[in-house]
Order: sequence, then C-alpha cells, then structure tokens
Amino acid sequence: MGVKMQQSHHLVAVKLNEQVGTKRGYTFIQSNRAWLPKFLVLSVVVVAFSSMSIYNSMDADIKVRRKDGLVSMCDQRARMLKDQFSVSVNHVHALAILVSTFHYYKNPSAIDQETFAEYTARTAFERPLLSGVAYAERVINSEREKFEEQHGWTIKTMERQPSPVRDEYAPVIFSQETVSYIESLDMMSGEEDRENILRARATGKAVLTSPFRLLGSHHLGVVLTFPVYKSKLPPNPTVEERIKATAGYLGGAFDVESLVENLLGQLDGNQAILVNVYDVTNSSEPLVMYGHQYQEGDTSLLHESKLDFGDPFRKHQMICRYHHKAPPSWTALTTAFLFFVIGLLVGYILYGAATHIVKVEDGFHEMQELKGRAEAADVAKSQFLATVSHEIRTPMNGILGMLALLLDTELSFTQRDYAQTAQICGKALIALINEVLDRAKIEAGKLELETVSFDIRSILDDVLSLFSEESRHKVKLAVFVSDKVPEIVMGDPGRFRQIITNLVGNSVKFTEKGHIFVKVHLADQLKGAPNAHTKTCLNGRPEEDILISGGSQFETLSGCEVADERNSRDTFNLLIAEDLFNSVDSKMTTNEASENVTVMVSVEDTGIGIPLRAQDRVFMPFMQADSSTSRTYGGTGIGLSISKCLVELMGGHINFISRPQIGSTFSFTAVFGRCKKLVFANVKRPTFKDLPSGFKGLKAVVVDGKPVRAAVTRYHLNRLGIHVEVASSINRAAAMCGKKGSLTAGYRHPDLILVEKDTWMSSIDNCISSTVTDWKQNGNLIQFPKILLASKLSASELEKAKASGFADTVIMKPVRASMLAACLQQVLGIGRKKQPQKDMHMRNGSSALESLLYGKKILVVDDNKVNRRVAAGALKKFGANVECAESGNAALELLQLPHDFDACFMDIQMPEMDGFEATRQIRLMESQVNEQMKSESAVEIMKGGEWHTPILAMTADVIHATYDECLKCGMDGYVSKPFDEENLYQAVAKFFRTKPV
Amino acid sequence: MDARLRQLQRRWVDCRDALWREGILDSMFLELQQLQDESNPDFLLETVALFFTNSEKLLRDLFSDLAQQNVDFKRVDAHIHQLKGSSSSIGAKRVTNACIAFRDFCRARNHIECLRCLQQLKEEFLLVKNELETLFELENQIVAAGGSIPKVQRRF
Repeated sequence: MGVKMQQSHHLVAVKLNEQVGTKRGYTFIQSNRAWLPKFLVLSVVVVAFSSMSIYNSMDADIKVRRKDGLVSMCDQRARMLKDQFSVSVNHVHALAILVSTFHYYKNPSAIDQETFAEYTARTAFERPLLSGVAYAERVINSEREKFEEQHGWTIKTMERQPSPVRDEYAPVIFSQETVSYIESLDMMSGEEDRENILRARATGKAVLTSPFRLLGSHHLGVVLTFPVYKSKLPPNPTVEERIKATAGYLGGAFDVESLVENLLGQLDGNQAILVNVYDVTNSSEPLVMYGHQYQEGDTSLLHESKLDFGDPFRKHQMICRYHHKAPPSWTALTTAFLFFVIGLLVGYILYGAATHIVKVEDGFHEMQELKGRAEAADVAKSQFLATVSHEIRTPMNGILGMLALLLDTELSFTQRDYAQTAQICGKALIALINEVLDRAKIEAGKLELETVSFDIRSILDDVLSLFSEESRHKVKLAVFVSDKVPEIVMGDPGRFRQIITNLVGNSVKFTEKGHIFVKVHLADQLKGAPNAHTKTCLNGRPEEDILISGGSQFETLSGCEVADERNSRDTFNLLIAEDLFNSVDSKMTTNEASENVTVMVSVEDTGIGIPLRAQDRVFMPFMQADSSTSRTYGGTGIGLSISKCLVELMGGHINFISRPQIGSTFSFTAVFGRCKKLVFANVKRPTFKDLPSGFKGLKAVVVDGKPVRAAVTRYHLNRLGIHVEVASSINRAAAMCGKKGSLTAGYRHPDLILVEKDTWMSSIDNCISSTVTDWKQNGNLIQFPKILLASKLSASELEKAKASGFADTVIMKPVRASMLAACLQQVLGIGRKKQPQKDMHMRNGSSALESLLYGKKILVVDDNKVNRRVAAGALKKFGANVECAESGNAALELLQLPHDFDACFMDIQMPEMDGFEATRQIRLMESQVNEQMKSESAVEIMKGGEWHTPILAMTADVIHATYDECLKCGMDGYVSKPFDEENLYQAVAKFFRTKPV
Repeated sequence: MDARLRQLQRRWVDCRDALWREGILDSMFLELQQLQDESNPDFLLETVALFFTNSEKLLRDLFSDLAQQNVDFKRVDAHIHQLKGSSSSIGAKRVTNACIAFRDFCRARNHIECLRCLQQLKEEFLLVKNELETLFELENQIVAAGGSIPKVQRRF
C-alpha cells in the first residue's frame, strides 16, 4: 500500500512537472541570456565610438572656428598691408609727377638735388615704409658726355666703377638724404633694376623688384620704380610712345620687413599668428619677403591671402599660420568623457537589470516548479486521504455488518446496548472519516450547510454514547437539554454533531476527574434569570451559599470547581426554575412565533484548562496549548478551528472561559430554523433513535443529593414521558411516599425509584436497614422497582446492593434516555416482545426501506454484469421491480418518455457513454418534453407534474469532488458501492418520501 | 450417515472460515447471502457463477492485451475496472486488492509489473473460484444428505 501510494504520488508529480515544463513561458531576456555579456561588451564599444564621434564633431567645430579666425586675421593683415603699400606707392607716384612737372616742364628746372633732398626729407612721413627715394634720369649713350659734363661726375655702376658704354644709362641725379650714397649710380647697371626700369617705362606703372637685402638696413625689401615722362602722353599711349617720352625713373626702396613688423604690431592677436609674405612670381620658387622660411609653427593649418601691390607682373602672397598647435579642447574632451562614463553606467545598469531579471525569473520558475510540486503533493494528499478512507471503510463495513448480525441474535438488554453502542460508534467513526475529508472543504470555504429537520436531543445522545466508554472510568459525563428547546429544529445535524463531538472530545481528552457537562438551552432563556444571578454575585464567594450540607463541594455535577461559575450557576438556576414549572408543558409556553431559534450549547469540564498565554490562539488551526500537549494527549489541534468555522456558518459565536487546573467551559450559539409541528410529524426520520413510548405516564422518584445531577436524570426520564419527583435523600423519599401515600387519596404512588449511588452509599450505614424495613412494613413500597445509578461499581458493592434488596438493576452512567429505556424495559417488562423487534427495524431501516421501495420500478444501469446483478438483487429484496440496462445508450432508450420508471441507479464509469453523460442526456430529454407539455395543456401537469426521473449515481469513490460532479450533471443523489442499506435508504428516502407509499 | 453429515458440515465450516481468515472474502459476500431468500433461492449461486464466467473472459482479454507489442493501457484499465467492480460486488476482497495494485501499475504504464500483477490476479481469482466451488459443492452434498447449512450469522 505504501509503495503504491508513493508511486502514484511520484506519477502525479512527474505529470505536473511535465505540465509546468511545457507551460513555462520564457521571456525575451530569459531566452537570450547567453547574449548578455556580449551585449555588455557591444554596448561598451558602441558607447566608446559614439563618444569618440561626439568628440570629433565638437573638435571639428572648434577647428572650423579656428580656421575662420585665421582666415579673417590673415585677410585683414593682407588688406592693411596692401592699403599701406598702395598709399606709399601713390606718394611715390605723386613724387614722380612732381619731378616731371618741376624738372622737365619748367625750364630751367625748378628742382635740383638740394630741393629734392629737402622735399623728400620733409615728406618722408608720408612714406614711412620707404627707406628712401631717388630719381634717375634717362641718359642715352649719345648724350652721356654732355650729361657727365653738365653734372660734373661720371656715371658709375652699382659697384661704383665708371660705367662701361651702353645704350642707355639711368644715373641717379636726385636722391633723398637717407640714400644719398646711390647718387650717380647707374640704375640700369643692375640686372634686376634694369628689367624693372624697362618694364616700368613700358607700362607706365609702378613696378617692383623681387625681394632682396637692402643695402642700408639689410632688411628684406623691394625696390619700387616709377617712370617719369617728359611730355604729356596721349590718352592711350603705346609702348613706343611711352619709351620715347620717358625722361627718368623715380625709385624707392620698400623695407617690407619693417612695414609688416609695424603693421602686425598694430593688430590684435599678433602673438597668436605667424605671418610670412612671399613673392611668388616664379611659383616654383617662392621668395621670402617677410618672415623666416623655416620658422616653426602649426604647420597643419595655414591660410594664404593674395597681395596685390599694384604690379601686375609680380605676384605676392601672405601665408598665415598659428604659432602654436591647437590646444586640445577640454569641453569636447570632458563632454565625450562624461558621455562615455554615462553610457558605460547605463550599459552596466541595463546589464545588471537584465541579469537580475534573469535571476528573478529563474527564481520564479523554480518557485513555480516547487509550487507545482506542492500542488502535486496536495493532489497526492487528497488521493491518499481518499484511498485511506476507502481502505478504512472496507473493514469498518465488515465490523458494522457483523454488529448488525449480532444484533439480530438473542441478546440481553445490556448486551444489546453494548452492541448498539459499538455500532453507533462505528458509524460515528465513518462519519469522522468523512469529516476528515470535509476538512479541506471547510478550509477552502466551500462548505455549505444542509437544512433538514433533526432532533437535537438524539444527537446529544449519540455524542454521549460515543464518549461514554472512554470517559466512564474517569469522569462523569452528562447531558441536559432544556425543555424550552424545540424537539425538532431545522439545520445541519451533521455539523452540529461535529461541533459537539469536537468540544466533548477535547473535554474528555483533557479531563482526568470531575465531570463533563453538556447543557443546551435557548439563548434568551438566560436573560430570564438575571436577578437571581446578580444576587449571588454580590456575595463575593457565591458558591458558599449554595453549598450543600453534604460536604465542602461546589454545586456542580461532580462537585468539582468549574471555570465558568456564572454560567454554571445560571444553568443551576434554570434547573431549579424548571423544577418548579415541571408539570407545565413548557414547550407550549415558548415563543413559537419567531422563525428562528437560537440555541446555546455549553460544554463544561473540570480538566486541566488552557494556559492563559495560549488562550488567545485556541481557535487558530494546528495550535495546541503547547507542543507537549500533543505529546501527552495527541490530536492535531484543528478541531476547534473547524468548530469555530462551523459555528460562524450557523450564525453563532463560540467562546470559552478557562481557568488552568480548574477547567474550561466552551459555549457556542447556533441559529436553527423552527420546525412547524405538522412537518416534523412526517419528517421524522428513522435514523433518529426513536425512544419507546411505553413509559408514558409513569411516575418516578429520583433520590439524589445533588440538584444538578438530579436534574440531568430527571431530564432523561422526562424524555421517556416519565413524571419525576426529586428527593435529596432516601429518608426524604420514603417520607414523601409514605406521607403522601397515607394522607392523600388521589396521590399516585411512584412506579419506580432511582437512587444515585453516592447518596445510597452515604446513607447506607446509618439508616438503610431501618428504611428498608420501613418500606417493607409499608408493604406497598416493596414492589417498586428500585434502580441504582452509578458510574462505576465494584462487584462487592453490587452484591451489597443486591443483598439489601435495594436495587433491581444498575444503570451505568452516563445516563442516556435509550439506556434508561432499555433498562426500564427489562425491569418493568413493558413491551418486551414487541419493542426490540420494532427497535431493530427502525435501526436497520429495512422495513422503512421496504415500504419505500415496494412496487417501485427501478432501472439499474451498469456495464458490469456482476455489479448489475448484485444491485438488482439488493433492490429486489426490498420489493422493487428492477430492470437492467448495460450501457448509457440502453438506458436512454428505456427512459424514452413516457416511461413508468420511478428511479434510476446509474454507474458512473462506463465505456462509450459514462453515467454523467447519460444523465445529462436524460435531463435534456426530460426538459424538452416538459417544455412541450407546458405549452400543450395544463391538464397533463395536473396529472403527473413535470418529468424528473430520480437518478442516483453508484460509485465506489468517496471523494466529494465526485459527488459534486454528480449533482452538477443533474443527478439526485449518490449511493456508494457496495450497497449499504442505510446509505441506500438515506439516498432513496430523499425523493420517495414525499410520494404516497 | 449422521456422522458423515456432521463431517460434511464441519468441513463446510472450516472451508468458510478459511475464506474469511485468509481475507479472500469480505462482508459484501454476507450481504449477498442475505439477499437470497425463498423467492430467489439460487441468487448467490447464479451471481457467483456469473462472476466466474465474466472474470474468466476478462482475464483472457487481459492476457491477450498484455501480449500485444504495443499495449493499449486504456483498454487494460477498462478491463481492470470491470474486474474490480464485479469482484468488490461479490466481496472477493483479494481479487479487488490485486486489481487496485494492477490498475496503479497500468496507469504508470509499467508493462513488466502489469504482467506480474496479472499473474497474481489470476492466482487470486483461481483461489477464490476454487474455494467457493468447494464451498458450494459441500453445500450441495450437505443438502443432498438431508442436512442443513449451518447458520452463517452465528459464527461471527
């Protein structure tokens, strides 16, 4: 069995795992988890590249600005240089005109060397760039002699040698003082100067030489040459005319180096840029005019600006570059770096998040798997419960069957009672197994309560007998139900019983001595006696008032102290009160107008109590007072929590008062429906243990020193219809009988006397013999049956009692109505033949079943031949007319409307069409016909009502899920296989009892 | 003659006690016995005979099913269910138990264990068949000898 279970458990687990495996949905991240590190690297690379590009774009921007700055600065310098240069050129031009005007047009000449020198010196500020100017006259070789004669010197070459003979000469005749050293030098003797001169006179414009080191300053410079014409030229002179008209040449040396130096000095940013000026007439060989050819600087960036000095033949350009390389751009660098860092962080965060997600998802899947396993375990647990309870039921069936057979044999009354008790206990055990199955349902909140009529008292009797054997040897167990509580109420008897069983069971478990007392009364009954209560409470230790004279004991059932004294006393007061109104039919006095009745049940024990610290978690599931409790007393600790749920479902409350080492009193209220008198006459179910009615009208005297205990005995006797008087001692009873018997003619003598053992024992020594003789003398008393009540009795005590002629029989406590009835039957001989027969029948329900089933036509549907035969046999035995069908389809055919079947028993598990499906189809068929009937005529409805064939499922399953499934598909009930008479009865009675038998 | 009858009766009692002691039958069988009355005197015999033929057929089917290359476990399960149902109706407890074990292995699709269970099931079935037939045979002999069957109920 164990192996089996384990295997099926394993199977379920595996199945669930597979399910989980297929169901498991991987997210995008989860499925790409291997790519995560690559993603991280990739993101780092991408971030690096983008920060580089950011840097580059920012840097390029800066470079463009730098270049723009260079361009503008360079252009500015070039422009200024040109401007200043052209200003100087204009001045030289003006000087040339001056020379031509005053030297050639005037005759004689107005200018001589002295004048020229002075004029030029005084106007030198106009030409700051020119180191000096000089005028050279054109002298043709033929005129040389004349010229030399006129001036008194010979024409010299640049090397200051007398000039060799040439075609033409250009000796300097006037010169500024700064350059006076060139006077009389032939300008045409230098190759370059000569070319210049020729070019100048041909074009009529200023011409420049290529740069060279000036004679005086050794600065780089150029020579500017301007032609001077002797006569006015025609508007568009040809080259010939120009040459012919040429009179001389005015020249000036430009100190370019100083010029540029001055210029740059005036401008901003002089330090930043490096300026070079080149003569690029011969483009392959640029000549430096200013600046050092190999000066260092930022060679990566340069700008060229064209310079136009007015000489079309010569080309000049200015090249600027920065002194220093562009410093690295800190903004760009920082921005890029920050971007990189941020990108890196973001990437890392994403990576971290992704790995975290992966981890969480892994955890989630793991949890899911575990959850699946837990669920599988839960399923396995239910299966286990179902199987185990099934396994337990089978031997229990054997036990119950045997007990049933035992009860059919000749037994003494005591034996019968024992056997019946055993049977009841067995049934209670099966009920408990079902309750275990229900537990899950309660916890899931799916529990629904029945509403059927039931007898509270018989339920209490059942509970009492369930525990009587267990508790007999240690405690007194008693039940008292107030007369005001209706006999039959509407509610859920099973659950009510479950609560009481649980509470009493706990009490029995935890009580070693004293008593357990179950009291039931109406909740508003207590309100009736508040005065008595307050009065007793005012006295501080109120129990002293009520202590009986017999000993220093408390006024409770066993004399032990109880936890809830107040409750105990209230009940006590009620008992006293009821004693007074005993003769009145109190049931009639209760308020029957209200629909509901609130019943209060309290279970009082004198056990170990609940430790104070554990009291607040008593109703929590699986909580026991402490772990040692379960070791000592066993149990799971779930009972009270279930009870609490059930009580709340019944619209009541549960609470308790507990005093450690003194006891606990649990009390709860429950709301039940009041049952109308008419109904419960019919509804009375045979499962209720009917009490024999043969004792009605008898009268009994109960001799008991304790009022509470006496009240309990009286309650049970009252239920049998016996009128009771209570006497606190034997003497008093005797006195009562004797006195009344002699004095009052109308007074009926009691038919029996019940004596409590304790009372008897206490009186035995002093007055028993005299009393008995007294009674004997009285004569009329001797024939009373005398019964001794005891919870335990040793053999010697029994002998003693018998010997004293006192007791005809002994009733073992706890007192129960049925027990009392059985004993009284034996003693009084009432209905000895008839009663047990009836009793047995009522118990078995056979006759009832027969009466229900007799003549009924029943269809049994089962694919299993043997099962079909057994079911048919069982039903036939009760007089039913049985027909069989071996499949759902066959059943459908037989149940085509109209048919005359009264009920149908349906197997669930059948091939082709199972019981559920067959039922569904039958119901469908019926509803169609019903619809049709409704529309056709009202007469039909009057005759037969609606079609609804009762269908009962037959199944070996005991799981509630199956039951729910049955109801869901339209079945009316449920019979467990193999058939059990009572079960069958209960299922069948539901829908047959309303029809006339 | 009388001695022979008593002996037969004793043997009958022994035989029936063995059925209970060894757990071959359970209370369901008793209930079946109770269902038999004057109106239906052969109920038990007929039912049990039906059970035998039915079960033999099912066992044959199971053997042929499990001999297949690809075992149709659903079919096997259905057969076991049938057998379990009828055996529990009869009260043949050990057959029922064998069926339960068999069914579990069948649901686990364990071919080898299934075969073993089938073998065991067969043995259990033959055992109950044998015992019951002996019992009925003894009953017949007792009745033929003019005796009465000892009361069942008193024994338990």
